[in-house]
Amino acid sequence: MPENILLDPTAETAAAIQPRLARPPSISGKTIGLFDIAKMRGDEFLDRLDELLTARGHTVKRYRKKHFTHLAPIELKQQIKSECDLVIEGLAD
Amino acid sequence: MATMMHEAVPRIETNDKSAFADGTFVAFVKQDCPTCVLAMPVLREVEQLVRRSGGRLEIHVQDEVTFAAGFLHATDDTALAMSYRYNIDTVPTLIRLKDGQEDARTVGWRRSEWQAVTGISGLGEGLPDYRPGCGSKTMDPGMPARLKVKYGNTGLASRRIEVPPLSDPVETCYERGWSDGLPVVPPTEERVLEMLDGTARSPREVIGMVPPNLAACTVEKVAINAVMAGCRPEYMPVVLTAIEAALMPAFGLHGVLATTNACTPVVMVNGPIARTIGMNAKGNVFGQGNRANAAIGRTLQLVVRNVGGGRPGEIDRSVFGSPAKYSFCFAEDEDDPRWDSYAVSLGYSPKASTVTIFPGDGITQTIDHISRKPEDLCRSYAGCIRAIYNTGHIIGVQAFLAIAREHAIVFYDAGWSKARVKEELLGLLKIPVREVVPGRSGLSGLTAEERSNPDNLVPKFKNGTFNIIRAGGSAGKYSAIISSIGGKGSIEPVTKEIK
Repeated sequence: MPENILLDPTAETAAAIQPRLARPPSISGKTIGLFDIAKMRGDEFLDRLDELLTARGHTVKRYRKKHFTHLAPIELKQQIKSECDLVIEGLAD
Repeated sequence: MATMMHEAVPRIETNDKSAFADGTFVAFVKQDCPTCVLAMPVLREVEQLVRRSGGRLEIHVQDEVTFAAGFLHATDDTALAMSYRYNIDTVPTLIRLKDGQEDARTVGWRRSEWQAVTGISGLGEGLPDYRPGCGSKTMDPGMPARLKVKYGNTGLASRRIEVPPLSDPVETCYERGWSDGLPVVPPTEERVLEMLDGTARSPREVIGMVPPNLAACTVEKVAINAVMAGCRPEYMPVVLTAIEAALMPAFGLHGVLATTNACTPVVMVNGPIARTIGMNAKGNVFGQGNRANAAIGRTLQLVVRNVGGGRPGEIDRSVFGSPAKYSFCFAEDEDDPRWDSYAVSLGYSPKASTVTIFPGDGITQTIDHISRKPEDLCRSYAGCIRAIYNTGHIIGVQAFLAIAREHAIVFYDAGWSKARVKEELLGLLKIPVREVVPGRSGLSGLTAEERSNPDNLVPKFKNGTFNIIRAGGSAGKYSAIISSIGGKGSIEPVTKEIK
């Protein structure tokens, strides 16, 4: 059996390296989302950020997904995107 | 004999109602077929008549073209191009064409059918009325897929990857990053087509989105990875159901593959299909040496790797990993009717075949050569089970307990059901709050009331599942714990029937 042609077992989505978004020159006047992935003690970290940002006069919005083992639903991501200029995600415990 | 018949003047009578003799006929034969040998003199009769009437007989020989020496239009079809084009599965086959299109066909030798197709009566005088044909060479093992790739349209949508000249295809698979570290079977179009013969489902059907990349996984992609993992086509129904089950939201595959824990999807098969495809439920059940166990579990892992993009060092952040991440797949031992199988206890019929996916990080054995009473054996188990991850770890921990035959007999003799054993164990697996570890799990999983008194007892499986199954060899007083992180609402066992 000739073996010179193989079928690609991958999703054929060759990783496209995307440049990071440019950081804003200032967070002044921006709405900042704090996204809790529901990992243990992530809320403590985000609570402290909330305090610090709020004390400096920034607008802060809080979000949380159901469980860290599950991906965030698209609706939640769309909500964050539509309501915030920046988002900070508490990634791990 | 054939030459004599060829030289003899055939006694041919035309059928007045037939207008076929001036038409075109196509025959397929091979020398290595007794029925073809028997029918060759008849084909010579047919050729004589149609030539006289301005018609034509084309004869295609699949093995040795000299078999048709003397025919005016004999073709060497050892490449089987014409046989494939005419979709021949039996020789001899005689086809009548009309305006270039097939108008009638007969296979094997049956005088009445040959006469109907040719419109010639009195064919094959002295021959028996009927002889079945032989398999066409297009039906030789592996040949249908090979011919489809060579002459047909396979309909396969995946990108073709060319193996560089002088390269070993197995090495190409490594270089492309398609392997789990062990060699894979190169996924040629022929092998993938044969794998797809194991399912009636369309290769284009999307069976789910595989994390972490949430890439669409088609039946064809599953077949490609099943080839690489070493599956046989008859494993495909189990493989497809296993992947569909692993993609059920309740299982939380994203968490399983991304975690720092060593857990991985474990595939357990219940029902008749496990015996049909030769899965192992007995000695060395979690070990090497059984093709179905090894290849089905490995296919799921390769799909996660190749389709989903879940690779160690990238999204897979496991600290230790586990040999189970190559493949962890087995059948539950259902031979003793005294205990219901896991699937039956969920409400499935004993005649149903199911796949259960649960997370597991390997096995820990429990040895007890002494206990002869079920209560004593349960106390042995409880000590071992309590130690999973930490004797004080109660949140996000779950387990399957696999009980082998000699331990099961202790429960059978005492008349204990699986449910009774589970009830006894859960009763023993109560931990004082003062001993609960306040680390990663913290006490945050406990209610204020539970925390209010350090002597309060809380369950080891506070939010995790605990199940009992039968598996393993017949000799030896062992059982095995398959532990994992997870629990209700995060990573749960899931079961799906194989349809």
